[in-house]
Amino acid sequence: MTALEFSLILLISSIAAGLLGALSGLGGGVVIVPLLTILFHVDIHYAIGASLVSVIATSSGAAAAYVREGFSNIRVGMFLEIATTLGALLGAWLTTRVPTHSIGFVFGLVLLYSAYSSIKQHHEVITQRPDPLALRLSLKGSLPTGPGCCQDYVAQRVPAGFGLMTLAGTLSGLLGIGSGAVKVIAMDQAMRLPFKVSTTTSNFMIGVTAAASAGLYLRSGYLAPALVFPVMLGVLLGSLLGSRLLARVHVRTLKIVFALVIVALGIEMIVNSLAGKL
Amino acid sequence: MKPSTPSTPHSSPPNTAPGQWTDARLEILVGIMLRTGVLLAAAIVLFGGIIYLVHSHGPRPDYASFHAEPLQLITLSGILHGVAALNPESIIMLGLLVLIATPVARVVMCVVGFLFERDRLYVAVSSIVLAILLYSLFLHK
Repeated sequence: MTALEFSLILLISSIAAGLLGALSGLGGGVVIVPLLTILFHVDIHYAIGASLVSVIATSSGAAAAYVREGFSNIRVGMFLEIATTLGALLGAWLTTRVPTHSIGFVFGLVLLYSAYSSIKQHHEVITQRPDPLALRLSLKGSLPTGPGCCQDYVAQRVPAGFGLMTLAGTLSGLLGIGSGAVKVIAMDQAMRLPFKVSTTTSNFMIGVTAAASAGLYLRSGYLAPALVFPVMLGVLLGSLLGSRLLARVHVRTLKIVFALVIVALGIEMIVNSLAGKL
Repeated sequence: MKPSTPSTPHSSPPNTAPGQWTDARLEILVGIMLRTGVLLAAAIVLFGGIIYLVHSHGPRPDYASFHAEPLQLITLSGILHGVAALNPESIIMLGLLVLIATPVARVVMCVVGFLFERDRLYVAVSSIVLAILLYSLFLHK
């Protein structure tokens, strides 16, 4: 295969990964790493490097659209970014220490969990007593719900949310993914923030989190320019396309199909890791 | 979202003066900055990528085993020297540096925005995030 053919195939696959990531709500990273390692036999360090860069691109690229909707909460995001960036530093450092197959194994588990979380029915839990810490940190806001009015919300259980965000950051740095699924759990399940607030704020946080591991990835030589260029452009294109399509397609059926694809990839990653083939 | 008010979905509370800084205004500015940054980065990466493809004739590079990228592609001065020499891989790396800088610029904007809002607590919170990012980019080994 020539370099041109390889780049074109990577570009097309990355567009597909970006599309799938946007439509399933899981982000491009969880698809691109298994794709590169399993299908193209790319070493996992180069794969997570290409993925991390794509994650920054999609997060920043989607931000303008999310801001227009008016759901994201800049204070909640900024406060929790202390946790995710510290976690990301730890995760990125771990990639230089732990053996390759254990990265692959953890990746497989995260894929299985992500598939489950993407099809799980969502139950909104209505706020009870606000956490005093949340009030002091003004982790609150109002959600535009209808014509004249809004629904006010205050975060709950801030320490639990902060802890989960540290985990999300660590996974992001270790696996080169946005770990949007864990971020949403931290905000939606632990902190009881409205689902729309959680998903859009999570998108904002993903770019900053990923930037915290990017420096170490760069210095450790994980960013291979000729590999990154078709992957980053493809994932960005695919995810922008996907977010346009999102309004028009029947998401529920698609989500189940994607979840099955991701389960298959997760099992493949785990099996390959155990067999020492990654 | 109410369809009849598409232009002001993020309208400020009624007690806010038009020129005053609010979270909503800050978020809109941040959104525009992020989109501009990512488009600029993508354009540079595409430019470098096209030059790379025009000059590459051999078989596909092999990424099956990991060797860290050479120093000229992982240090700022190395990358800038390569860009000056129109080395395609260095140009791609320059695009990636711009991309990595956009979320950092976002945090800088938030520090400034919270300063304008006179919210000392959040000036401190965003400065901590900025410090972690700068540490990771420049000091962390």
